[in-house]
Amino acid sequence: MDLILSAIDILMRWDVALALLAGSVGGVLIGAIPGVGPAVAIAILLPATFSMDPIVGLTVLLGIYGSSMYGGSIPAILINTPGTAVNALTTYDGYPMTARGEPRRALSLAYSASFFGGIFSVICLILFAPVLAKIAPMFGSREIFLAALLGLILVVVAHRGQALVAGALACFGIFLQTIGLEPVKYTQRYTFGQDFLGGGINLIVVVLGLFAISQAFVLLTDEDEKVRLTRLRGGMFQGLRELARHPRVAGVSASFGVLMGMIPGVGEFTAQFMSYTYAQKTSKRPQDFGNGSSEGLIAAETANNAVPAAAMVPLLALGIPGEALTAMMLSVFYVHNVVPGPGLFQNDMDFVVALYLALLVLNVLVLVFLLFATKSLIQVVRIPNRFLGVCILTLSFVGVYSLRNSATDCVMAAAFGILGYVLKRLSLPSVPIILGMVLGGIMEVKLRAGMARVKEPLDFIDRPVAFILFLLIIIVLAVHILRVLKDRKELKEAEWQTNRSSTSFGSLMLRRKNSFLKDHGKKVRARHSKLLRRLTDLF
Amino acid sequence: MPSERERRFAGPRRGQLVFALILVGAALLLLALIGEQTTWVKKTKLFAQPRFWPAVAIGGMVLMGGLHLYKLPWRRVSRYDLWEVKRWGQVFEFAGWFMGCVLLVPVIGYLPVTMAFVPLLCWRMGYRSRFMLWAGVAFAVIVVVLFKGFLSVKIPGALIYEYLPGALRSFFILYL
Repeated sequence: MDLILSAIDILMRWDVALALLAGSVGGVLIGAIPGVGPAVAIAILLPATFSMDPIVGLTVLLGIYGSSMYGGSIPAILINTPGTAVNALTTYDGYPMTARGEPRRALSLAYSASFFGGIFSVICLILFAPVLAKIAPMFGSREIFLAALLGLILVVVAHRGQALVAGALACFGIFLQTIGLEPVKYTQRYTFGQDFLGGGINLIVVVLGLFAISQAFVLLTDEDEKVRLTRLRGGMFQGLRELARHPRVAGVSASFGVLMGMIPGVGEFTAQFMSYTYAQKTSKRPQDFGNGSSEGLIAAETANNAVPAAAMVPLLALGIPGEALTAMMLSVFYVHNVVPGPGLFQNDMDFVVALYLALLVLNVLVLVFLLFATKSLIQVVRIPNRFLGVCILTLSFVGVYSLRNSATDCVMAAAFGILGYVLKRLSLPSVPIILGMVLGGIMEVKLRAGMARVKEPLDFIDRPVAFILFLLIIIVLAVHILRVLKDRKELKEAEWQTNRSSTSFGSLMLRRKNSFLKDHGKKVRARHSKLLRRLTDLF
Repeated sequence: MPSERERRFAGPRRGQLVFALILVGAALLLLALIGEQTTWVKKTKLFAQPRFWPAVAIGGMVLMGGLHLYKLPWRRVSRYDLWEVKRWGQVFEFAGWFMGCVLLVPVIGYLPVTMAFVPLLCWRMGYRSRFMLWAGVAFAVIVVVLFKGFLSVKIPGALIYEYLPGALRSFFILYL
C-alpha cells in the first residue's frame, strides 16, 4: 500500500497530468489516421521528451503507445483499413458489422474490449511487480546477455518465411552499433577516418529514418484514397454491457496479451492470433468469425491492448526491450541516466508502479474521450495520404535536427529513410535492425563482463537462471528448425503434387532400394521389362 | 505461371533479387575491410577484442544474407526489378526536399522555412486548392510554435534574425 501511495505521489504533478492528457488524446488521433502509427509518432517526439523529467517523457510516450490501438480500431471498423498494423485483425469482424449497419455497436465493443485488456494487464502487472522485484536481482551479466540473445532470436524467428533476411538485418543492426570508438580499448571501428563516425551512429537517427522518414516517403509516392465514412448515431455505451456477456473470451484474451507481451519479440500479433483462435474454437457460433462476430472483435481488441503494459516488463526489469517501441523508450531512460534493469526494481519500485498507474489512468481517460468524441474524431480519417506525408516529413525534420543540430545526422536519417522505404516496398521487416542495434550494444557489454569470471565455457550457464535461458534458446532454435523442415516438406509435396512419407533425397533412395529388393518390386519390374520387350519387338 | 516456390515467397517479387545482391555485396565488402577498419589487441581475450562484435555482425550478414540470396526463387534480374529500382530512385527527390530544409533553416530561420516548405511541397504533390495550401501554412505555424515555442526543442536561431531590432531579435531566436 505504501508503494502505491508513493507512486501516486510521483504522479500528482500538473506536468504529468498534462502529459497523460496529451499522450492519450494524441495517441488516439495518431492511431486513427491510417499511415501514421505509434512508431512514427514516438520516433518524432523522442528528442522533444529528452528535456522533460523521465516520468513526464515516458508518460507521453507510453500514452501514445497505449492509446494508439484504441484509435486504430476506428478506421479498421469504419473503412476496413487498420489505423495501426496491430488492428488488422479488427477489420475481420469490425468491418462486416459496419457493413450490416452496426458501426456504433462495433466501435463501442472495440473500445470496451480495449479498455478491459488495458486495465486487466496493468492490474496483473501491479500485483506481479513484487514477484518481479524478487526475480530481477537474479539476473547478472550472463543472464542479461542470454536474455538479450533470446530476445533477438525470438524477433528473428517470429518473421515466418523471412527469418534469414530478418537475421541478416538484425546483424546489420548489431554492426551499426559497433561503428565508432570502442569504449574499452579506445580503438576505431569502421569509421573510415571520418570524424562524424567516431561518435557512432545515433539510435534516434536510425529510428527516425527507418520509421518516420520512410513512412513519409511511402505516403508521398502513393495515391490519395477516397474515403466514404458511415454516419454514427446514438450513444457508445452498449459495448460495455455486451462485453460483460463474454467474460471468458475477454479474460483469456487479456491473459494471452499479458503473457505474450512479456516475451521479447512476440508481441501483439501472436497474442491476437492465439486469442482469436481460442475464441473461435470455443465459440458456439464459430461460423460467424470473420463475418462480424462480437467474440472475434473482443478477442482481437482485448489481446492487443493488454500488450503495452506487459511489454514494459522486460524493459523495466532487465533493461531489454522486446520490440521497436520499447527500444525507443529505452533511449529516454539513458538520456536521464536512469538505467532500467534489476537495480530499478530494487531501488525505484515506486517509479515502476507510478508508470503502471499512469497507464491505468490513461486507459480511463482514453475510454471517456472516445465515448464522447468519436463522432468528431472520425473526420481525421479524411486527411489525404500525401498531405500526411508532407506533415510527417516536416515533423521528422524537428526530430532529427533538434537532436544535435547536425546536418550529418540529417543526411544519415535521410539515407536510413531510403533504406526503410526499400524495406517497406519489399515487405521486409525494419524492426530487427533497431533491436539489433539496441540488443547488440547490451550483449557486447554484458558478454565482456560475464566472461571475465568464466574459466570454462560451461561455467557461463552454471547459474539456474542462465541455464534456463540457455535451454530456452536451444528450444526456440530447435522448434524453428523443425518448422523450417516442415515447411520445406510441404513445399516439396506441393511441388511434386504427392503426399509421400518423406521428401528427402536419402529416403527416396532408400525406398527405391527397398523396391528393388522386395518380391513385389521384382514382379513389377519383370512385367515392365516384358512389356518393353514386346514393344521393341514391334520395330 | 509462377512456381509453387514463388507463390509461397513472403512479399512481392519485384526488387527482391536486387536488394539481396546489394545486401550480400555490402556485407562482403565490409568483411574484406575488417582487418583494416578494426584492431586486434594483444593479450586480450577473444570476447573482449574490439574486432569480435563487428566480426560476428558482418559474419551473420554474409551467412544469412547469402542463404537468403541462395533460397530466392529467382536467379535473373527481370524488367520488374529494374522498374522497382527506378521507383526507389524517386524518393531521392523527397530526400532532397528534406535536406534543402535542413540547409536553409540555420540561414533563413525555422518559421520562414517551414512556412514555405509545407505549402511548396503540397503544391509539388498536386494540391492546388487554396484550402490545402492554407492548411499547409497553418500546420507549419502550429509545428513551429508547439515544438520551438512550447517544447523548447534545440533549433538554433537563423542568421537573418541577427538583423532584426533588439527585443524582436531575441524573441525570434528563442521562440521561432
